[in-house]
Amino acid sequence: MSTHDDGLRELYQEVIFDHNRSPRNFHKLDGANHVAEGHNPLCGDQLTVYVRTEDGKVADVSFVGHGCAISTASASLMTEAVKGRPVEEVEALFRDFHALLTGKPADERDFGKLEVLTGVREFPSRVKCATLAWHTLHNALSDESRPASTE
Amino acid sequence: MNAPAIAPLDPALARAAADFPILARPVRKRRLVYLDNAATTQKPAAVIEAEATFYRESNANIHRGVHWLSQRATELYDAARERVQHFMHAARPEEIVFTRGTTEAINLVAQAWVRPRLGPGDEILVTCMEHHSNIVPWQLVCEQTGATLKVVPVDERGQLELEALDALLGPRTRLFAFTHVSNALGTVNPVAELVRRAHAVGALALVDGAQAVAHQAVDVQALGCDFYAFSGHKLYGPTGIGALYGRFELLDAMGPWQGGGDMIRTVRFEGSTWADVPQRFEAGTPNIAGAVGLAAAIDYIESVGLEAIAVHEHALLAHATEALGAVSGVRLIGTAAHKAGILSFLVEGIHPHDLGTILDVEGVAIRAGHHCAMPLMNRFGIPGTARASFALYNDEADIAALVAAVRKAQQLFRGEGR
Repeated sequence: MSTHDDGLRELYQEVIFDHNRSPRNFHKLDGANHVAEGHNPLCGDQLTVYVRTEDGKVADVSFVGHGCAISTASASLMTEAVKGRPVEEVEALFRDFHALLTGKPADERDFGKLEVLTGVREFPSRVKCATLAWHTLHNALSDESRPASTE
Repeated sequence: MNAPAIAPLDPALARAAADFPILARPVRKRRLVYLDNAATTQKPAAVIEAEATFYRESNANIHRGVHWLSQRATELYDAARERVQHFMHAARPEEIVFTRGTTEAINLVAQAWVRPRLGPGDEILVTCMEHHSNIVPWQLVCEQTGATLKVVPVDERGQLELEALDALLGPRTRLFAFTHVSNALGTVNPVAELVRRAHAVGALALVDGAQAVAHQAVDVQALGCDFYAFSGHKLYGPTGIGALYGRFELLDAMGPWQGGGDMIRTVRFEGSTWADVPQRFEAGTPNIAGAVGLAAAIDYIESVGLEAIAVHEHALLAHATEALGAVSGVRLIGTAAHKAGILSFLVEGIHPHDLGTILDVEGVAIRAGHHCAMPLMNRFGIPGTARASFALYNDEADIAALVAAVRKAQQLFRGEGR
């Protein structure tokens, strides 16, 4: 493909397709002690995030729902990124990740696989797709009863 | 496979794209292929100039100044109303109320006609294919009055189930509100027939004409409807201006819905009296330049000819339906026998939102999502669709670009070309 497609290739990296085709931790979580729903009213994306915390850590996390490739892959990558981490660290990661996608990266941080989502910076309307799962996770951890919304 | 060529364009339409300055600008370094006309149409230079000229040469407030400019602005505003009246074939200019658009026009009827008249036991009928703007105002007024909202179902092809209509229309139905053309599927409804059935049970009929007026001639008297709402911006006119047509006897019997300047006859603390229609429904300084721009848009559309536009857009729709339908994995949503230039579709394995982004990179602007018609999407069991919608300036090359971009999205999602 030509250089013209660079933005598109950046947005739709192989990792995104992989996680969209076979999302990880894509199931209802038995024994979850935090649950939240997320909704993007713009495109109708809907997901539920389940979390089981133990000793201040995200012991297990999963999601179900439907959405575009970006939102599904982001949710899948998120579950991998946060599993086993202390809740405080997860919240800090959410803040930094959000800043990364909106072009205001804080300190140097290795985002690991989450870096593949930085392609949305060229497509502002898609930032919400990449952050919906994170907003929902944040709500689950804060036991927010209202559905998370990107609006 | 190659789609068959469409008939040669009407010469007036072949030149039309040149009338729209924005179509000459590249988007993402590509030729702009604008296929989101059901969301809003682009504006011809004549409309842009008419608004600018109003501000340069005639701007003042209306109906209040004794000075020359105010009289000039008032004349232009009143002339715009008459222009809309003739366009809609209304009997008199007082039957045209300027609004911000279709949404405000429908809310006006909900609040000024329905709210004081309906109560528990009364029913408002809508259809499953309505835009949210022809659902939510009725839900609000049902909450306020205790009236009930009922819904005409839609079949697999996206057509109203007319045999269900007789059971839904009854002596308790006070108003039947339905769209002329579905914004999500392109279905054209049999308006005159639906109006006749509503009137047969003593109900009024309101038509949401947002998707119709730019694509076919509308004659409100021939349709027989009681109210007809539309937006200027879907008619090559400015945003923030639209109109409600209402039969004079109905408007005249309605009280105001918004209070303010220009809608009163006298104001006293003991009580105020209302201006005649249509001023009664136009509180505050209206969108004067918008009305002037709308009149210019109507002049433009009539100079091209609604007949020629309808023929052209139907040819585009037939061509696009065939070309896109021939792409494997593409499923068309909405295959009514009678359709306007709107093509809703799904591509297997690609979410509409992803498709919208990939097409955008190719310079092809479409809409992806629920099209403000969530109940209709639920009816089809889908979260949304991709939607290409046509206007007078689209041509065969635009459809070729659409089809090529869809194929490219499929290649990308299949992992080819990377």
